[in-house]
Amino acid sequence: MQTLTTRSKVASNKKMTLVEKLYLPAIIGGMRITLNHFFKKKVTISYPEKTREFAPVFRGQHVLKRDENGAERCTACGLCAVACPAEAITMTAAERKPGEEALYREEKYASVYEINMLRCIFCGLCEEACPKEAIFLTDRMVDTDYVRKNFIYGKDKLVDPIDKPIDVSKRETTETKEFKTHPEFAHNKLYTKSLK
Amino acid sequence: MSLSLFILYKAILVVIVFLVSLVIAMYSTYAERKVAAFMQDRIGPNRAGPFGLLQPVADGVKMFMKEEIIPQVSNKFLFILGPSVAMFTCCITGAVIPWSTSLHIGGHDFALQVTDINIGILYIMAVTSIGVYGIMIGGWASNNKYSLLGALRASSQMISYEVAMGLAIIALVMSTGTLSLKAIAAAQTGWHWNIFYQPVGFLIFIICAFAETNRTPFDLPESDSELIGGYHTEYSSMKLGFYLFAEYINMFISSAIMSTLYFGGYNMPFIGRLGLSPNTMAILGLVFLFAKIFFFIFFFMWVRWTIPRFRFDQLMNLGWKILIPLSIINVAVTGGVVLFFHK
Repeated sequence: MQTLTTRSKVASNKKMTLVEKLYLPAIIGGMRITLNHFFKKKVTISYPEKTREFAPVFRGQHVLKRDENGAERCTACGLCAVACPAEAITMTAAERKPGEEALYREEKYASVYEINMLRCIFCGLCEEACPKEAIFLTDRMVDTDYVRKNFIYGKDKLVDPIDKPIDVSKRETTETKEFKTHPEFAHNKLYTKSLK
Repeated sequence: MSLSLFILYKAILVVIVFLVSLVIAMYSTYAERKVAAFMQDRIGPNRAGPFGLLQPVADGVKMFMKEEIIPQVSNKFLFILGPSVAMFTCCITGAVIPWSTSLHIGGHDFALQVTDINIGILYIMAVTSIGVYGIMIGGWASNNKYSLLGALRASSQMISYEVAMGLAIIALVMSTGTLSLKAIAAAQTGWHWNIFYQPVGFLIFIICAFAETNRTPFDLPESDSELIGGYHTEYSSMKLGFYLFAEYINMFISSAIMSTLYFGGYNMPFIGRLGLSPNTMAILGLVFLFAKIFFFIFFFMWVRWTIPRFRFDQLMNLGWKILIPLSIINVAVTGGVVLFFHK
């Protein structure tokens, strides 16, 4: 008969030898192991004083980046919202008025841009889809809160502060730019077509 | 020495021994958590004070502040008597232990031992036997099935292991020829430690000491996982603290007894050759004794975080079928050696 599993083991019920029956050698062996652990380096990280380093690919709270002049890069194209598998992103587009050139890089911008942090799964597909290098996931944690509505982050929380821009140099590299513009990827087909 | 000076000196010594037992028990809880943590690759308590050294104080304050609950169906008098007996018996055991030789101050001889009764070992056996009553009374008075089971286990375990412990001590007494702890400690100068004459006796004694102090692998009376604390399930506040404290004081006292009976007490080889003054020797002896005690306390903890608990039938098997025959053989062999070689 064929066995149901390949991992089954035959239990051994052999009689213990005299040395095994004494238990003392086994106890001494066990105590040697615990003593070794006593002198080992501890793995604890004392949390509030030291924080554990994030992995370089960690994806946390989003940021909407500004360009080098301080104007918002986002053009409200909606590709991020389309790419989002959790449907966490909503936005309203608006036209740039004359005199707002310093605020918005291109003539269309997002007047409302909201991410529901309770829906977001931090997959990073929005970042991948963005043709304008506007949205990035950073190494910041999303803060806790008591009410659900506070987890819907608007532009006030998402847009990069002018005085202290958030560092995304780990994610905004030439490799990622090249990856985004590579014509082979499905998410770029529409974009590359529009370029032609 | 005048009577008033004698009373003053004894009173001070009693208070010091009492306080030292309490402080060591206090810091044993800290050490226990640290040792447990280190053996599990953790750090342990490190928030209260530097290296968490104030943790026992915080725990003590917590114990005092907790609500005191006495179950309605319990026997109130016995319920309070239980932890009191446990605490009282473990504290009075320290009276006969010779902490060191005497100090000579101002022409007087101050022995660092509260009292040198000539049946010191019997006194210790008697007091530890009363210690079982603390647990039994507490478990019975709680009127709770877990407590009752814990108390039952405690009493049967302690009675079983006391037999083997007594027999191990009989062999020791046969080879040393005295029941006084002071004489036993004084006889072990140089390398004449009793561990070399009574290795089997020591093994039996230390196993029984684990059982008597309810330490792992013999912690069946208070097994957290099956009996929810065993005999102290119903206890709260400082009465629970007393039970826990009594266990740690017991551990300290049994470490002291093991050091005194088998590991030379305050003696250390080669120290007699240095030609130091008697007072320095006495203080050094105290240091050596405490070093041995701390090693045994560490050993207790080391074993606790290594070995799992026995099953009850295994416990009884070990006690009655292995340790008692072994100790009887040990007594017979010791008797033969003493008779034929006149050691």
